[in-house]
Amino acid sequence: MKTDNKFSMTVLSRSTNESFIRSVVATFAAQLDPTVEEISDIKTAVSEAVTNCIVHAYKDSIGKIYITCEISNNLLTVKIRDKGVGIENITKAMEPLYTTAGDERAGLGFAVMQSFMDGIKVRSKLGSGTTVVLRKNISVRYGTARE
Amino acid sequence: MSVEISVKGEVLTARLAGEIDHHTAVGLRKEIDTAIDLNLPSLLVLDFEKVNFMDSSGIGLVMGRYKKISRTKGEVYVCGMSQNIFKVMKLSGLESIVKLDKKIV
Repeated sequence: MKTDNKFSMTVLSRSTNESFIRSVVATFAAQLDPTVEEISDIKTAVSEAVTNCIVHAYKDSIGKIYITCEISNNLLTVKIRDKGVGIENITKAMEPLYTTAGDERAGLGFAVMQSFMDGIKVRSKLGSGTTVVLRKNISVRYGTARE
Repeated sequence: MSVEISVKGEVLTARLAGEIDHHTAVGLRKEIDTAIDLNLPSLLVLDFEKVNFMDSSGIGLVMGRYKKISRTKGEVYVCGMSQNIFKVMKLSGLESIVKLDKKIV
């Protein structure tokens, strides 16, 4: 599939960057003329993936979060990668309400990503890191021109 | 992100504003918990009307306050949600433990 547009960035796993990263991805996605709901879905899912890097992957350290965003036709693909601790059991980590991060975390990060996006892929290796790939089809609206 | 807290009788109202994520939730939690400890309300109202973004950290915030206040038999009421915030809230199954005002703002 032909890539129409793409950007990559590397950001430190500081929690203050959560809002920065989701805003950048949302701004990039805006060229697909998404609805307000679609933009909100993307921001929420990206926020969850980035929070996982900060809370889990680099739990006791500051590491790099690698973000790649691609647009191809009306499909947005966001890849969020870390070189942190990795996930021991992906199936269990993706179960709603499962969390290892204590009382204040709802354990719904992956549930939000699954529910708000059209596709999610998770690859992880203990000690090496985790890659989450999120996909969202942006609806084509009549009466709006896209280049 | 900010929170404006007011107390009337046994009702403690926290009007949240801005974006709720893992980064901002910490400060909100502290402010609300301090007010709960000080006032021991029987009802905690969490007003989301001025919240323009929330991820699952917001659910953690509501759940955590519910756990805290239910120890003293208090209740939690969540209101002022936009469509997008309601969508996140709905995922959590919070409806079974706290009162959600479904009037979308």
